[in-house]
Amino acid sequence: MSEKKKEVDDRFKKFGTVSFTSLTKTNDFITNLEQGKISGTRCKDCGAVYFPPRADCCKCLSSNVEWFDVAGKGKLVTYSKLEYAPVGFGEDLPYSIALLDYGTYKVFGRLAKDLPENEVKVGMELKTVANKLPNGQLNYVFVKA
Amino acid sequence: MGKVAIIGVGQSTFVRSYPGSIRELAFEGFREALKDSTMKASDIGASVVCSAPEYDKQRSPAGVLAEYLGLNPQPTFYVETLCSSSSTGLKLAYSLVASGLHDSVAVIGFQKMSEISSAESQERMGRGADIQWESPFGTMMPAYYAMHAQAHMAKYGTTSEDLALIRVKAATYGQINEKAVYRKPVTLDMFATPQSPMGGPVSSPLRVGDCCANADGSSCVIVVNEEKAKAFSKKPIWILGIGSASTSVNMAGRDILSGLTVAKESADQAYKMAGVTAKDIDVAEVHDCFTIAEMMAYEALGFAKPGEGRDLIRGKETYKEGSIPVNVDGGLLSKGHPIGATGGSQIRTIVLQLRGEAGPMQVKDPKIGLVHNIGGVGLYGNVTILGR
Ligand SMILES: [Zn+2]
Repeated sequence: MSEKKKEVDDRFKKFGTVSFTSLTKTNDFITNLEQGKISGTRCKDCGAVYFPPRADCCKCLSSNVEWFDVAGKGKLVTYSKLEYAPVGFGEDLPYSIALLDYGTYKVFGRLAKDLPENEVKVGMELKTVANKLPNGQLNYVFVKA
Repeated sequence: MGKVAIIGVGQSTFVRSYPGSIRELAFEGFREALKDSTMKASDIGASVVCSAPEYDKQRSPAGVLAEYLGLNPQPTFYVETLCSSSSTGLKLAYSLVASGLHDSVAVIGFQKMSEISSAESQERMGRGADIQWESPFGTMMPAYYAMHAQAHMAKYGTTSEDLALIRVKAATYGQINEKAVYRKPVTLDMFATPQSPMGGPVSSPLRVGDCCANADGSSCVIVVNEEKAKAFSKKPIWILGIGSASTSVNMAGRDILSGLTVAKESADQAYKMAGVTAKDIDVAEVHDCFTIAEMMAYEALGFAKPGEGRDLIRGKETYKEGSIPVNVDGGLLSKGHPIGATGGSQIRTIVLQLRGEAGPMQVKDPKIGLVHNIGGVGLYGNVTILGR
């Protein structure tokens, strides 16, 4: 007796230098990212906007959500340049993690490697772009607006 | 609700690498607390075991510890809120006693972090953040707190030297605390250059000296109702207020980066319940896993206005002789931070202070003390107010 293996939608394993999870209802985020789009979700029932994206709305309990693109400029809220890294991230050093404020939502990510350190200032405008990592994985980074 | 007291406190010496098992480590804090309470293990109604998971091979440690400590057949529960696990345990114990379900509860915190490497430890702590949306960027605890530090500096003009002053203070008291893991003095000179012992970059703007060291350790707090307190203790310390809060695990979900909202929220609850204000606090223990965390605590707890925390440390107001002594046992920075044991150790320090038993660290005649214990990067917060 053989049972046919179910197709597993594990697209999320491609997210980041090391991904810690592969199964999520927000897997379309990865397909969008492959197409160069960074996307959040909006609740079609109550209009709540979510980044990072969510499959479910905790404001009205709906799961009727749609994708929107993170577009335009955000303001740099804060950042930090790491000189040590957790297991699995050593090859990426040094790198900076950062937070951008888009007004109705914020985006957590990394500063682009080629953004000169002396030009980085809290409050500066940046935009979010899709990025392919040396190990073939995907993430997104913040570049000059 | 009935009154709830602490009548026994204990902790192991915090060390870099404990040469024994977790049950043996937990025994050290428990023995000291039980002797302090003058109770016997059979007098204890229930136990609450607190740690952050994944550091030990042992799953479900509550059962193993309860047996080893002689706490069978009483019920035992395991609670976890990362670095604030044992102050969460205290809140659970308070509820169990105040409700009348149990007349006495032992809160046992422990952590044996030395079985894994520092990098592995950072990876596990990093996974205390959002593993789906943030950990894949390579996050770790110092980097998250560094983002708070950067925001605080940008908003208020706080400097790296202000933060270093907090480390210098911690070391002043770590030297005289025989339970501390780091017993050496620290001076500003040690931060002078990236090659200096405390000046090496970790995650900008935080440097080596801004970070607490991992440690192995255990703590225990014996919590009882009023009747037991009077029967067993000459100096019961009463739990006057206890507040707790949570916030978004994602940094993206946070409104404020120059402070921790859970600390403010917990403090407001605790002050209200105790019927006191920041001005009434005579001695405090705050969660200084990083120097910036103590700076933000000054402001969240109302010891200083937002952005003015630096004036407290520059003026030495948080030293033992100052207007609001903070972490005069060395804090997490020098005493050490064995995650699950930390909250219980902070509570122990304040109980000893209020009893006048803090030895060389004793503050002059304190009547009301406060404990601020944070889990994750401001993900969980507990503020507890204790009085004589
Ligand atoms: Zn909704």
